[in-house]
Amino acid sequence: MGRLLARWRASLQLRVVVLTTMLGLTVVVGVGSFLLDGIADGLVAERQEVALADAARGAQTAQQQFDAATTTSVAEVEQLAGDVVSSLEGAGPDRVRGVVLLRAADAPDTTASGQVVVRDVASEGLDAADVPMALRRAVVSSDVQQLQIVDLPDASGAPSLVVGSTVTLPRAGEYELYFVYSLASEEQTVSLVRTTFVGGGIALVLLVGAVAWVVARTVVEPVREAAGTAERLTGGHLDERMRVRGTDDLARLARAFNEMAAGMQQHIGQLEELSRVQRRFVSDVSHELRTPLTTIRMAGEVLHDAREGFDPASARSAELLLTQLERFDTLLSDLLEISRFDAGAAALEPDPQDVRVVVHRVVEFTSTLADRRGSQVVVAEPAGPCTAEVDARRIERVLRNLVGNAVEHGEARPIEVTVAADEHAVAVGVRDHGVGLEPQQLPRVFDRFWRADPARARTTGGSGLGLAIALEDTRLHGGWLEVWGRPGEGCHFVLTVPRVAGRSLRSSPLPVVPLGWREPVAALPAGPGREAGRDLAGDPS
Amino acid sequence: MRGRVLVVDDDTALAEMLGIVLQGEGLETRFCADGDEALAAFRSTRPDVVLLDLMLPGTDGMEVCRQIRAESGVPIVMLTAKSDTVDVVLGLEAGADDYVVKPFKPKELVARVRARLRTAGDRPPETLRIGDLTIDVAGHSVRRDDRSLPLTPLEFELLVTLARKPWQAFTRELLLEQVWGYRHAADTRLVNVHVQRLRSKIERDPEHPEIVVTVRGVGYRAGPL
Repeated sequence: MGRLLARWRASLQLRVVVLTTMLGLTVVVGVGSFLLDGIADGLVAERQEVALADAARGAQTAQQQFDAATTTSVAEVEQLAGDVVSSLEGAGPDRVRGVVLLRAADAPDTTASGQVVVRDVASEGLDAADVPMALRRAVVSSDVQQLQIVDLPDASGAPSLVVGSTVTLPRAGEYELYFVYSLASEEQTVSLVRTTFVGGGIALVLLVGAVAWVVARTVVEPVREAAGTAERLTGGHLDERMRVRGTDDLARLARAFNEMAAGMQQHIGQLEELSRVQRRFVSDVSHELRTPLTTIRMAGEVLHDAREGFDPASARSAELLLTQLERFDTLLSDLLEISRFDAGAAALEPDPQDVRVVVHRVVEFTSTLADRRGSQVVVAEPAGPCTAEVDARRIERVLRNLVGNAVEHGEARPIEVTVAADEHAVAVGVRDHGVGLEPQQLPRVFDRFWRADPARARTTGGSGLGLAIALEDTRLHGGWLEVWGRPGEGCHFVLTVPRVAGRSLRSSPLPVVPLGWREPVAALPAGPGREAGRDLAGDPS
Repeated sequence: MRGRVLVVDDDTALAEMLGIVLQGEGLETRFCADGDEALAAFRSTRPDVVLLDLMLPGTDGMEVCRQIRAESGVPIVMLTAKSDTVDVVLGLEAGADDYVVKPFKPKELVARVRARLRTAGDRPPETLRIGDLTIDVAGHSVRRDDRSLPLTPLEFELLVTLARKPWQAFTRELLLEQVWGYRHAADTRLVNVHVQRLRSKIERDPEHPEIVVTVRGVGYRAGPL
């Protein structure tokens, strides 16, 4: 049932065919019954007319025979009545089924009038009981012929037409004379017509259904073809086109569709070309800028190493030159990295890695900076391996950035790095207890070149692209990078990556809202569009 | 440690700067600015290490790398402006032993060059057997039966490192440290590419290696046990 319903909803063709057939059936049944009724009524009316005339003639003949008779005895009258009935039957065996002669129901008592009583006479197979009392009463009380259709058992099972009138028998007085006509031939005709109608009707409905099927197919088929072509286009087969046949509406659809596809292909081609040009540009810029930078940097280092022999101003200049070169270097690398993401040139190279190992490398790497800032980095991790298919280089870069930021903004308070894992995902949280962030700042932390406080000293010389790159790296993994923060309470960044590369995340083993903080659930933006950049407003409960 | 370095780079400023730094380290330098002349310069100078820029006018760096590799196992260090997968891997597959990404620090470069020069040093006589191979460490030769298998110094070093401890599975990081001389984690693709190159030279069927065996989830090991 459910499958049938699904099929019904899915197939336009099926719906058209079924609806058309049902409509056709209704019309055929309606028109057929109307015509059949008309024909049957007409046939019966005609038969009645003929029967009435025939019965009138018969009654007249019978009356004449009775009037002309000179019989006196009861036996003779009975004989006469039998003869008359037989002669009336003989008028046509096919036309008249039988004749019944009955003593009138309201005839006066024989003793009072001195009349004789003649026995009722009936044709073979009939008797007085076959004539309905209603008809008999009507015949007796009226001078004209009376007619009724009755269900008399007959060989064919057809009803009969009974016409009654009165005759006067010699010495016996008023008698009722009934002529019984079979409606078998009319019944047969009507039956034949009905059979013809039913057969014709079925044929017509089937024809209508077939026509609907063909028409629906003619219309639906190109639509299906268009749908199929569109699906293949979506699948990346940009050369797919529809066949154009003739010049009708469907051909127009096909042509318009093909023009759309061609336009799309052209645009995609242009975009691809643009992207290729940009990648090429990034690559060229990379080379063109890096070569002189390499020379400058080496020269800077040589000067820096030799600064002890310089006068104080030159020595300080050599130091400044080198530190700023390093900053320029970082900025350039970050810029090139983000251009690679923008150009779609970044590719993930996933490899099973114990994320704890990466975390330890990062903590070791940032230890110099942490020591300088007086921050202590504490790692909390599960005892077992937290293996996930990740690009270790990228994950390390993300975590370096998070830990580096935490150290920079952590106000020399401890920094907690938490590793957590469930069967689907591995998460790393970096919590600081530093200046924190305003709720309205949270969505902006991943913006390029955004700084929480523009006036703040840029002590670590970050490029301002760190979190933007971290977000791109996370996105490449199909992971989440979430942030929670409150002014004066610090920040909590959580990186979550799926254990199996390419799987999508549903939840993180590590909630971004730290323990002890209850946040309104409504503040959780979780849509596919923000998968890798979720943020949370930091209102305490 | 004396050594002669051939610098193949079209950027004269960078080449001169490289010269200043390398000479400051007591190394001898030779220069070539054109890809087409690189092979001739290599033949005439017989360097101990080649520093090769991947982007060159004329014959490009990859091709120069292939040409030099075709006639010598001399250590080649690529200078590349691109750390993208494809370029680095292509360079390594063309025969480079190592690479540095511009802009590099002078110390980084010197460390790379020194690491490549180190492998060429003298060793005490030692013979190792692994599988059906016989390795003469001091003589720098690998034989199967009586046939000598030509390996570059780096490939030789990689094989010797593995063969000395056939019971130990080496992680890529450990190999990077012991063979390439990296003290911090570096690009593990270096190991992958060179293991493939080594296998193609020493394995009977490189598709089903029997001498340098992959240990899933760890790294490589010399086999059979």
